[in-house]
Amino acid sequence: MKTLIANGKIPLATHYNDDRSAKWSVKDKLLLGLSLSEYLAQAFRNPLNWFFAVIFSFGGYVTITRFIFGLGYVTHSSYDYPWGLFLGFGLFVMVPLSASGFMLGTAVEVFGRDDFKPIERLALLNGLLGYLFAVIFLQVDLGQPWRLIYPMFVSLGPAAVLFLVAWHVATYLTVQVAELVPAFAEMMGMPKLKTFIKSMILGLTIAGIILSTLHQGALGALFTYAPYKVHPLWMSAPFQWFHYFCSSVFAGLSMLIVVSTICKKTMAWRCDDNFLTSLDRLTIGLAKGATLALITYLVIKIIAIAHDGDWGYLASGWGQWYMLEMIAGVILPMILFTISIRNNLPGLARFAALIAVLGIALNRLNTALFTFNWKLYQEIPHWRELVITITVYCLFIATYRFVLYRLPILYTWKKDEEAAS
Amino acid sequence: MKAMNRRKFLKGSLLGGAAASVISKRKNADASSSFGGYPDAMGVLVDLTRCIGCRSCEAACNKEQGLPAPAQSFDDLSVLDHERRTSEGAYTVVNRYEIPGKDHPLFRKIQCNHCNEPACLTSCFVNAYTKTPEGAVIYDATVCVGCRTCMIACPFYVPAYSYSSVLNPVVQKCIFCYDTRLKFGRPPACVEACPREVLTFGKRKDLIKIGNQRIQNHPDLYEDHIYGEKEVGGTSWMYLSSAPFDQVGFDTDLGTQPILSYVKEFLTVVPMVLTIWPALFAGFHLLATRKDKQKKEEKSEI
Repeated sequence: MKTLIANGKIPLATHYNDDRSAKWSVKDKLLLGLSLSEYLAQAFRNPLNWFFAVIFSFGGYVTITRFIFGLGYVTHSSYDYPWGLFLGFGLFVMVPLSASGFMLGTAVEVFGRDDFKPIERLALLNGLLGYLFAVIFLQVDLGQPWRLIYPMFVSLGPAAVLFLVAWHVATYLTVQVAELVPAFAEMMGMPKLKTFIKSMILGLTIAGIILSTLHQGALGALFTYAPYKVHPLWMSAPFQWFHYFCSSVFAGLSMLIVVSTICKKTMAWRCDDNFLTSLDRLTIGLAKGATLALITYLVIKIIAIAHDGDWGYLASGWGQWYMLEMIAGVILPMILFTISIRNNLPGLARFAALIAVLGIALNRLNTALFTFNWKLYQEIPHWRELVITITVYCLFIATYRFVLYRLPILYTWKKDEEAAS
Repeated sequence: MKAMNRRKFLKGSLLGGAAASVISKRKNADASSSFGGYPDAMGVLVDLTRCIGCRSCEAACNKEQGLPAPAQSFDDLSVLDHERRTSEGAYTVVNRYEIPGKDHPLFRKIQCNHCNEPACLTSCFVNAYTKTPEGAVIYDATVCVGCRTCMIACPFYVPAYSYSSVLNPVVQKCIFCYDTRLKFGRPPACVEACPREVLTFGKRKDLIKIGNQRIQNHPDLYEDHIYGEKEVGGTSWMYLSSAPFDQVGFDTDLGTQPILSYVKEFLTVVPMVLTIWPALFAGFHLLATRKDKQKKEEKSEI
């Protein structure tokens, strides 16, 4: 795409083509205003696509075998570890990293922080796709995925935490789709639809906050069903939901910093000046929010240990693993964020965000897999399970890129008058 | 009665969270009122001091439940060399434990303990589990989605899953021979098959009396504890042992609270968030944007 722009192509961002002779058709919009051969040529030039081709051809095959030969073929069929990577990574890691949508929605729509507008849509999209793929991971893991709607309509168990997660994730997906409809409406030229959504944006955003608070917390509360299986350092019945909710705040913000950095580095042609020039300032702003959440999280983690009287465990091997997670995944990014804020170093904030993202992934995997059944043996996932997980995640990245190339997320859709001038 | 009220309250609170499930509350009202320890629930008292590890119970269970033939026959006692757990092909298994300082090993039969307040039941989001008044915890495979949270929740590591099935994988565990026997007041197949009277079938409250009597009559033989009388809120299957329970494979760290009590800390938060958040954040919005509004009004006045 860079090459094409160097040759004088302008990325599609209006309803009318360059000389205003005709409207872009939907096909043109999908092909970024290129002809089919130009589009394919730029796709073939992109090395990431070759990487995806390899992953999807092999990983896609393995994924299909899961649905032909069953879960037993791709996992170790463990009775002791009923949840493996699909949920341990796909659900428990993806969902906190997708908290960006409600965080930025709150900042802009509720608190009126319009200065965060350039990155709001990216945050919403990060949330929507993260949740969507968490559901896809769930569908790979469920024994009978075609019964996904059973808890909604067929047989209801409303006293179960998972019931809440199911309903909230489904409702929240709808809310996030609605929140992104304006971007779609701009591109497709449907101003009435946009006005309609805008009229209820405050309600949608507050609904998003409620749903997020509860289901982020509920994912933690799922482990309170296994108070004797998860290691006590990672399991505190009264605090578990708050640990998960609080950590999702900095996880979502850090993920947004990471994603925006990737966008800036790899698809600067798609970003407009508004996004590119304000990104450094926004990164520092996001870092401030993340730091506040990190310190809150650290304190409530320590309070949980004190409340449960788990100090003794810190001296054990598990305790050292726990302290490594806390120092590398929480305290280190907190310090780096603070330095970056005080000295206005967006680059350092980006590095800190990456560490925080990895730290939160480690925390979720620790709870769901590594310290689960700490009194028994350690389960090591089947290689096919790992391959499928990587494949679905690559599909997530490919979808993400597909949407970013097209919808006005990183750029502003030009009004017809502007385009004319 | 207390437990029932709490259960109802929790259900109600999550119902609110589910927004559109007012109808479901009515549908599930029966389930909530019938939850808890039933006064006439049946149970089995397992006396480890009598078991010789002959695996007759395993064979009887296999036949009664129509399970596939095992790789090694039930006469083959070499399977006892390794500790086993329940699986999709075996709802009950016997394990051998060498006890330090004793000249003979102890054998322990495991199967679903049929809790009074089952963790599997409380964790299930499609209500697949039912605790029957007879004491059995049964499972409805036709609604199971296969999330396997029940396997996460079970403190005894009992439910197994038929991972090998592609089209109809289900949870598989002991159901107290509910359909074929317990419903008609008959003891489960394993109890009938036991040649050593290890297993005593009866009303749970009577079994506790019997257990205490045995401990009283032979205080030198038995540990002074009935495992399952109080663990995780009490179970229908209970155990007597001559060795400390942790030496015969029991988890002695499980408290006396039902698993649900650990979850309720979160469940009580749900209605608070639902009711407080809208007003709180709408208020924040008004506070945060009041200056913009003032500016606008000033402008319009001019």
